[in-house]
Amino acid sequence: MNPLDLLTFARGDALNWALMLFAAGVVLRLFEIFGLGRKPDLAQPRSDSPGSGWRTMFTRSLPPQGLLKREPVTYIGGYVFHLGLLANIFFFAPHIEFFRNMFGIGWPGLPSAMVDASAVAAIAALGVLLAHRLTNPVKRMLSGFGDYLAWAVTLLPLLTGYLAYHHLLFEYTLMLSLHLFSVELLLVLLPFTKLFHTFSVFISRWYNGDIFGRKGVAS
Amino acid sequence: MKHTEVLPGSVGEGLQQRGVTRREFLKFCTAMTAMLALPPAMASVMAEAIAKARRQSVIWLSFQECTGCTESITRSHSPTLETLIFDLISLDYHHTLQAASGEAAEHARALAMQDNAGKYLLVVDGSIPLGDPGYSTIAGISNYDMLVETAKGAAAIVAVGTCATYGGLPKADPNPTGAVAVSDIIKDKPIINVPGCPPIPVVMTGVLAHFLTFGSIPELDDLGRPKSFYGETIHDRCYRRPFYDQGKFAQTFDDEAARMGWCLFKLGCKGPVTYNACATTKWNDGTSFPIQSGHGCIGCSEPNFWDAGPLYKALSMPVSATSAMLGTAAAVGAAAGVAITWHNRSTKAAARTAHEKVTAQELLREEK
Repeated sequence: MNPLDLLTFARGDALNWALMLFAAGVVLRLFEIFGLGRKPDLAQPRSDSPGSGWRTMFTRSLPPQGLLKREPVTYIGGYVFHLGLLANIFFFAPHIEFFRNMFGIGWPGLPSAMVDASAVAAIAALGVLLAHRLTNPVKRMLSGFGDYLAWAVTLLPLLTGYLAYHHLLFEYTLMLSLHLFSVELLLVLLPFTKLFHTFSVFISRWYNGDIFGRKGVAS
Repeated sequence: MKHTEVLPGSVGEGLQQRGVTRREFLKFCTAMTAMLALPPAMASVMAEAIAKARRQSVIWLSFQECTGCTESITRSHSPTLETLIFDLISLDYHHTLQAASGEAAEHARALAMQDNAGKYLLVVDGSIPLGDPGYSTIAGISNYDMLVETAKGAAAIVAVGTCATYGGLPKADPNPTGAVAVSDIIKDKPIINVPGCPPIPVVMTGVLAHFLTFGSIPELDDLGRPKSFYGETIHDRCYRRPFYDQGKFAQTFDDEAARMGWCLFKLGCKGPVTYNACATTKWNDGTSFPIQSGHGCIGCSEPNFWDAGPLYKALSMPVSATSAMLGTAAAVGAAAGVAITWHNRSTKAAARTAHEKVTAQELLREEK
């Protein structure tokens, strides 16, 4: 199999299977989470706080006072990584073509150099965050295999994409295939690892905000 | 091809006969040296070697092909030095170009093979059908038999065009004739692959110049292509490349952006994964190349490019995935989710039913 055949497989059957497992996995997990249900809260709400859940979805995305001083690595690293990843996935012109082909909608992209810089920033942030995870005793104690797996499968698409764009390590066609395979690995694992927070983060923020609102500590 | 005039003994004599000056010849050798990525000093070495070289015997076999490769090679804008060089090889057999046919033509091939045993260059265009020998024959001889027989005494083989190098269009899915490339059959001879649909004439001349100068084949990549011509992608040497980097793309063929030279990536250009020299040597005497005339690269010098997804889909688009496919998968996921929810709830209900209440008295009794 030559590199172009490999790329055709990566863009073809491999991608089809990865996308289907991803879609099925995400819907399955959402059904599973919502299907668990909660026991009815029979207590009288301590305070009337309409919209507390919705507000929390937003306020929890901003750092509380003092966090920047207390946890600068987690705070800055987390933001740089997430924004960099977002720019790479949704604002790199070739990626937008993928969405346009799949869903019929497209939007303007960023210049490649800017996306490239954001990839470097995201990769560097991931490196720093891993180092912090390994050296910080609390984080280290809290981390398990799932955390390192999530870190690795998130890094791979960024790294292979960067290497492909700059023609490093392997020739472009092969590197592009590896990039696609790494994305496919991420798609397949996402619903079944901690990476599912992509979908569940705002659901749990809403729930936390709502339940605390009922307990009188509304955001 | 047989000349009626007195044939020159060496290439140098032939050039003199045709009134090519030494200056013109050196210019050609310098250009070739640059094209082959050789040190500049090699130009004079090449000039000397080519001038002294005996007219190289060439046997050209055409199998399952469209004659596009021959059209390309012969249509370099004459009278360029390249065509003269071509005239000055001894093209002993080429059934499209030769006047002879039938027995006489086959006799010419046999004679060339006999006279130049172990020295002649075999050029092949077209793929070879393995499904049934009757799919393609010449003078009643199957392509396979003719290739194997002619390859035996060849010094080297040049596979010209994507059909001969990688199977090309005949090999495209579902490959009804069982087409294969030259390298799938011949394993014991050096093979130079010059792919393209068709390949660039100057690449062919370059390979020949290299063979005449050094008596060996140029440095090849993993796919058997001369590195000097196939070392870089079309995309990397494309004059529209800066627009790709700036995120400026043509949205449709011949829109304002396309005419301003913006990148054709979104229109399906396969330049980023295609290794060829089109963007630098160009076509029709250096006039233009497909991307310059407004059409994306279709990747014709890559193996199995016909089956590498739709020609007009951007490289980053899926080959066959659809949103309907995602919808179906989501429905399956929903069904599985309902099943898991039902299972979870029944486990919970069973636990509730099995739960036994313990009274304070019972606990006190246990303590005693």
